[in-house]
This record gives sequence, C-alpha cells and structure tokens, in this order.
Amino acid sequence: MKHTIAVLVENRAGVLSRISGLFARRGFNIDSLAVGPTDDPKISRMTIIVDGDDYTAEQVTKQLNKLIDVLKVRKLTFQDIIRRELLLVKVKLSESQRGEIVDIAKIMGCEMVDISHTTLMLEHSDRPEKIDLLIDLLSKYKILEITRTGTIALQRGADSV
Amino acid sequence: MIGAEAIVKSLEKEGVEYIFGYPGATIAPLYNELAKSSIRHVLVRHEQHAGHAASGYARISGKPGVCAVTSGPGATNLITALGTAYMDSIPIVAISGQVDSGLLGRDAFQEADMTGATASFTKYSYLVKNALDLPNVVKEAFHIASTGRPGPVLIDVPVDVQLRKSDFKFTDAVNIRGYKPTVKGHAGQVKRAVRSLIRAKRPIVCAGGGVFASGAGDIFLKFVETLNLPVVTTMMGLGVLPTSHRLNMGMVGMHGKSVANRAVKNADLLLLLGARVSDRAVLSPTNLAETAEIIHVDIDPAEIGKNLDTVIPIVGDLKAVLNQIMVHNPESSTKEWLELLYEQKATVKPDYADRSSGINPKAFIHQLTKKLPEDYIYVADVGQNQLWSAGHCDIRKSCRFLTTGGMGTMGYAISAALGAKMRAPERFTVAVCGDGSFQMSMMELGTICQHNVDIKIVVMSNGRLGLVREIQSKQYADHQIAVDLFGSPDPVKIAAAYGLPGRTVNVASEIAPAIEELLTSVGPFILNCRIDPLEASV
Repeated sequence: MKHTIAVLVENRAGVLSRISGLFARRGFNIDSLAVGPTDDPKISRMTIIVDGDDYTAEQVTKQLNKLIDVLKVRKLTFQDIIRRELLLVKVKLSESQRGEIVDIAKIMGCEMVDISHTTLMLEHSDRPEKIDLLIDLLSKYKILEITRTGTIALQRGADSV
Repeated sequence: MIGAEAIVKSLEKEGVEYIFGYPGATIAPLYNELAKSSIRHVLVRHEQHAGHAASGYARISGKPGVCAVTSGPGATNLITALGTAYMDSIPIVAISGQVDSGLLGRDAFQEADMTGATASFTKYSYLVKNALDLPNVVKEAFHIASTGRPGPVLIDVPVDVQLRKSDFKFTDAVNIRGYKPTVKGHAGQVKRAVRSLIRAKRPIVCAGGGVFASGAGDIFLKFVETLNLPVVTTMMGLGVLPTSHRLNMGMVGMHGKSVANRAVKNADLLLLLGARVSDRAVLSPTNLAETAEIIHVDIDPAEIGKNLDTVIPIVGDLKAVLNQIMVHNPESSTKEWLELLYEQKATVKPDYADRSSGINPKAFIHQLTKKLPEDYIYVADVGQNQLWSAGHCDIRKSCRFLTTGGMGTMGYAISAALGAKMRAPERFTVAVCGDGSFQMSMMELGTICQHNVDIKIVVMSNGRLGLVREIQSKQYADHQIAVDLFGSPDPVKIAAAYGLPGRTVNVASEIAPAIEELLTSVGPFILNCRIDPLEASV
C-alpha cells in the first residue's frame, strides 16, 4: 500500500542525506521523494511516497520525527489531498507518426515543449496515475528519455501541515 | 579569540572536567587551547577507548562524557564507541578534527567523511564550517546529547575553522525547533495505565536502562514496592533493584533467568519501563502481545510499537511518568502471583560447585561481588564473562552495573571503568573481562598508569572465545574454528610490564585470598582467573 507523507525540514546541508539514509538503514521502500523550499526559505517541504503496510507507515513517521532537522511529519489521507507529478518525455518518431503522438498529447492535455525532425518532447503535469497512462500510451512508440519529479501533494481546504 | 578557544570556553561553560582523547594534526589547535584550560585531558591509547571512557564517565555522572580525536583514522576509530553509546542511549559529545574546509571532498590526507560515516551511530552531528557557529553548536550538542533519549553527538571541526579569529558570542539559550522531547506523560494514558494496574492479577514490570537515564531510581523503587509489583530487568536495567530484593525476579531474555522469562510469559500485564524490547530481551514479542496487556513507557515515541504491539503507550520521561502514576495512589493485589513466583524462584539454585579443571566463574563472580564495598561499580565486558556477570553479580542498592547491552562491544570494560572511576574516585571500580576482550583493550593499562586510575581488573581466562565456542558446539556440530586464543600473553606478566601488581587464581581455594588481595591493594590490580574452559554461559 502506498502512503503519502509530508515532511517539513530545516533547509540546510545534509538533511536530504539524513532522511534518505534513514530509509535505507531501516529498510523502508521509497517510491518517490520530492523536495523544494517553502515560502519560508529556511524550511523545505518533502513529499515522500512509501510502499508498505500500516506498521511501516507508522515507523517511518516516528523515525522521521526523531530526526533533529525534521520539524513536522504528517501522513496524508489519500482522499483529502491533491497530488501532482511533472513529467518530461522525449519520443523518437517518424514524420508519419507525428500526427498520432500529437493526438495523444492533445487528448491527455500535454504541452509539446520541443520538436525536431526525429523527436518530440512532451511535458505533462497530472496525478501520477495519469502520468503512468500517458507513458503507457507512448510506449507504443520509441521513448528516448523520461524524467519524473515524483509526487507532490497538498491537503484540500484550510488544512495545513 | 580563535575557534579552538571558543570550543574550550564552551566546554568549560558546560562544566566539563575531563576530555578523553588522542591528538593529531587537525585537532592540534584545540589541544593547544586545552593546555591553558582547567579541563583535564586523559590520553588514551586508542581512540575507541576514548569513546568508551567517555561512556563510563557519562553513566556515572549523568552528564555527557566528552572525547576528542583527530581526523581520518582517529575519527573512524571512534565510530565503534559512538555506535556502542548510541545503542545504549549514553550521552557523549565527541569532537573530531577535520581537514581544512577548503580541502573537504578532495580526499586530502587523513580526510574522512565523519558526519556521513556516523549518521546511523549518532543522535546528531555537526560539520562546522562557520567558526562563529561554534559556541552555539557546542551548547546544542550538550543539550541534544543529554536530553530526551540520550545519545552521542559528533562535532566535526575543520582545522582552519578552529584557527579562525572571530568575535564569538556565547549564549545560554538553546532553541532547536525540530527537537522538543516530551517529558510529561499523556494524562489520559496515565489514567488508563493506573486502571490496568489495579485490574491486573499477574502484572510484571520489565525495567531497562531508561530507569538510569531518567534518574528514576528512587521513584521506581517506591512505585514497585508500593504496588508490590514483581520486576524483571533487561541487561541495561540490571541494578534498578538489588539482586536480593524480594520483588526482583532477575534478568529476562535469551541469557536471562528462567523465573524471569516464565513470569513474563505468564503475566496478564506487562509494564515496560524504559526498555526497548530488543530481540535479546523478548524472544517472541508476537506471542507475548497475545497473552498480556502491554503498557510501554518510553521517552522515544519510535520505540513504542516498534517491536511489540502496545495497548497503552506513554511517551515521556520515566521519572515524570512514574510520579504521575503515583499521584493516583494506585493499589494492587499481587499476593498470590508473588507467592507463585517466589515458589518458582526457590526451586532454582545457582550452581556454585567447584569445577574439576579451573575455577567456576559463576561462583567466583558471586564471591567477589559479595565482598565488594556497598557502592561498587562493576563493568562487565562482552562474551561469556558478560553473561556470568549479569547472572551472578550480587548487586546492592547503591551499586552500578555497567555493560554494553545493545552493541555488545568487546573491549568495553577497562576503558569504561576508567572513565567511571575518574568521575567517582571514591568508589571501588572493577572491570571484568575475558581473555579475548582483555586483548582488545589491554593497551589501556598505559592510560591507567599514566593517570594513576585505581581500577581493578579481573580477566576470566579460558584460552578461547568462549561464547563463540558455545555457538559452534551447539549450532555448528562442534566444529571449532578460530576460537582458540593460543598465543595469548599472561595478563599478570602484561600487568607487570606496566609496573602493575597482579595475581593468578588456578584453584578454588585461592579465590578468597586473591579477592582479599584485590580488595586491599592500593592502586590498579589485575586478577587473572583461570576458569573452567568448558563452563556454559547460563
């Protein structure tokens, strides 16, 4: 089962390694980890997607809380959050395939951000499942490169971490 | 003022008496300033022992022990001691020199990534790049090491940062926004715990090292005596009650007493106090959770529910929580349960009979500790000697029994005893090791001589790594490999090389006079005890 965990941390050197080290050491599986500064430049926010049972999720939360550089940890409930992931994907194509791929891009609501005689780069921001779907649709063609940011998430309404 | 001086000033402000350490090029500025300070430096013979000595000091003083090492191998040698302290929640502040900050990451001579290497062995670590941060970093390090769940903190200081001149500002305030340990237990959970205690027919208390860490000794005693609660302890909890106390059922776990293990198995309520339910202490936590209601009091929320499902979790300082419980004036009726346990306890008689070849180590330890002064400090090393010590030490009310419970680090005893003795020179201090662990720490005889530290050392010699031999004979069809210590020196001759007196005991009739000599000798003394080579641990 996937758990979405939001973590506020001190924005200073070594914090990311302390957190990733903790996951490796305790044998927790990270699906993705996205990090960036918040409105307060001294604080970063991480969104971590962990694969595991409820025991694992609780241990992850407690062990993260133990780290001195961690300010807040919150396990987010799936229904109460907006989740997004950003994808850049480069597809190799022939002139005849371009129309098909442009169609897919339009249906999925992607941006086309780079084009050459033999390639097309798409940009897409959506729920991770939709990103998976897009990749699946494109897998019929030759995907040259993919990069994903990992999921970020924010609670709906007035709730905040 | 330069950075190194700011560190020393900060250490003085923390009331540091001793620094256990070993100098080198990148920590030279600090040592240069130390020479002008009232803080005494204790030169160990290997950096690992600087850490163990700091641990022994910390466990007796209740304040962080301090050690200092140079960069590279000096610092990496310290890691085992930091790991040992981390597992046993012992407060240590370790200061390591580091290469010039401009050379960091370039694989300079004696460069080692210490904050990286110790990430899993320290409660927190600092790599100080800005000299102005030094006073605050030292202040924070002491705060983090000694509060909440105690543990080691590393301060890694590049040599140029130690030399940098600055206008340092010293402060007494610490505010770390990501670190606010909970002290008081949740009132609702405390009430639930009290109700369960009143209701329980067969309650048992399992006490761990947290009782010492929180300084809860007195209130703990009052609590279990008022409620007549039988007590078992983990290895780290040995000494929370005197061995002969009517409520003490002994140590639990793999190498524990059968009465203690049976008591836990048959209990309907298990009250864990500052114990973390390690695999050595509780062999089958899943079964246990099915038969008993579990109350777990610990200052570290991550320990609760980690190894054992808990019904009533109480996060807080044990001393505070026990006081909260006592406010409710709880009562319990454990008479029948205690009678049953007493009955079981009475059927178990320790085997102190003479052995046909060599000394019976269990009998020896029992005899030795019976003779020691009331407030002795006993430091057990690791191996069979640790298990014999844990099982047969006669611990009295004001004694301390120190050992490494979590990491099981061979070579801990002598240097930890040294640190403990430096804190409490008036207390009789004895280190008990095997001939394996003695050879991992015998270089510290030099430290003992240099600083004239009056500790007594007992070496349990059986010419082999006894605990490994036992594993090989039980689990590996008695294939004995790499457990023979052939080639070992005579500990008494080693002592003599350092100018220290010693004596060897070969037969039971020599035990009493040898103990007498150990007790009355002035200054360090080494007793080599030739034990039965095939004696079992339990």
